[in-house]
Amino acid sequence: MIESMMSFVMPIWEWLPMWIQVLVTNVFFIVIIMVPLMLSVAYVTYAERKIIGYMQVRIGPNRVGPRGWLQPIADAVKLMFKEIIIPTNSNRFLFLFAPMLSMGPALAAWAVIPFADNIQLADVNAGLLYILAMTSMGVYGVIIAGWASNSKYAMLGALRSAAQVVAYEIAMGFALVGVLMAGGSLNLGDIIDKQAGGFFNWFWLPLLPLMVVYFISGVAETNRAPFDVAEGESEIVAGFHVDYSGMAFAVFFLAEYANIIMIAALTSLLFFGGWMSPFGSYADVPLLGNGFHWFVIKTMFFIYMFLWIRATFPRYRYDQIMRLGWKVFIPVTIVWIFVEAVMAVMQIGPWAV
Amino acid sequence: MKLLKHYIKSFLFLELLKGMSVTGRYLFARKITVQYPEEKTPMSPRFRGLHAQRRYANGEERCIACKLCEAVCPALAITIDVTERDDGTRRTSRYDIDLFKCIYCGFCEEACPVDAIVETEIFEYHFENRGENIMTKDKLLAIGDKYEVQIAAAKAADAPYR
Repeated sequence: MIESMMSFVMPIWEWLPMWIQVLVTNVFFIVIIMVPLMLSVAYVTYAERKIIGYMQVRIGPNRVGPRGWLQPIADAVKLMFKEIIIPTNSNRFLFLFAPMLSMGPALAAWAVIPFADNIQLADVNAGLLYILAMTSMGVYGVIIAGWASNSKYAMLGALRSAAQVVAYEIAMGFALVGVLMAGGSLNLGDIIDKQAGGFFNWFWLPLLPLMVVYFISGVAETNRAPFDVAEGESEIVAGFHVDYSGMAFAVFFLAEYANIIMIAALTSLLFFGGWMSPFGSYADVPLLGNGFHWFVIKTMFFIYMFLWIRATFPRYRYDQIMRLGWKVFIPVTIVWIFVEAVMAVMQIGPWAV
Repeated sequence: MKLLKHYIKSFLFLELLKGMSVTGRYLFARKITVQYPEEKTPMSPRFRGLHAQRRYANGEERCIACKLCEAVCPALAITIDVTERDDGTRRTSRYDIDLFKCIYCGFCEEACPVDAIVETEIFEYHFENRGENIMTKDKLLAIGDKYEVQIAAAKAADAPYR
């Protein structure tokens, strides 16, 4: 059956021009990445509500479907059917363009993520640079949304968010410079290959301060608690997306959670060996050895850390956020990069080239 | 020295980790949520819910139209008109409680010399039309008839403390 179908389809496929073949294959792979990503975004919102609920000795959503498993679906359906209200005197084009601008980069960054050995959409040599570029693009969506809404609260939220992201972008970039020096390459696949050999060969140990700085900057970058002054309910309602409703709001929401998953995935890739197994000597055994599931487990752990942090800490004051970003993280990263460079030159430790 | 200690403390996240261990412990704690429609919290006999008018065991209405409840009502929610009934007793011809005005303070119940107006343990009710918020005498008496057992039990449970 499949044989005959293949013999029917293959000539047609080969008859198609090259660019269509490339296009179709790529769209197919994009869909394969995007659909599970969107589903996991939906279920991260569910996990967030459940875990924070549990930490607050509540149960969390449990009404829609068994144990509330259908809650994200219900939320999505609700948001889809709501009206998108466009405020008077707002810039209509930018208002509707902003959600896409924050969603696009959040998804585009996934193109270079290696899910397992040699399984990635695009094996870009400057993968790390591409990811830095894409994650910093997201802030344009925020700024444009704040400006286009023609609302003071949205504007203030956007400004706060922009200043915060700019501040932490630098610390994040420096942390990635450390990874780059340790990995000796901008290619994410090579960086992971460098971490082969089990738990204590991953970069988190030699780069511990950078790992911590990177993760906390990631939390700040995605505007998550305790760095969520941009959308502090008690101060400026919801920040830059106060005036958004329905699907336009949902897109911002999806982008925020896609970014969270992104930061968690990157932390596991850059500092925790991605799809490498923590048991170095079993690298070829199924399940215990290297594989996609390790990447998923590590990413889930860091998403859980996001939620745990959110459930635990009160919101930072704005000047404290700025102090932490500029006066603590940037010096720490610079010092560690310096230490790393000196050790690399002296041929000490894991950086000996 | 103090400064050094401070730096060590903040760079090792000691206090932050302490906080996270607290929330981490509560993740596994027993949840205290009462799942409302299926489970309900116990209710005090002094609970002040929907109003009702009671009758004596022989079926005679208790209210004697003394207007004490109308006078004490801080929200001016009660309106009473008085007539003399054929047998010569003083009765209300109209006894309305506007539930939109009522603040459920229970003063009417406290003021009543004959325990006629009471606040029951009913709190799950709603209105679908304008005007249904006015509890007329008939409605109040009907509620009283329907929930007399419950009302009497609550009164008896609270009696030793009054």
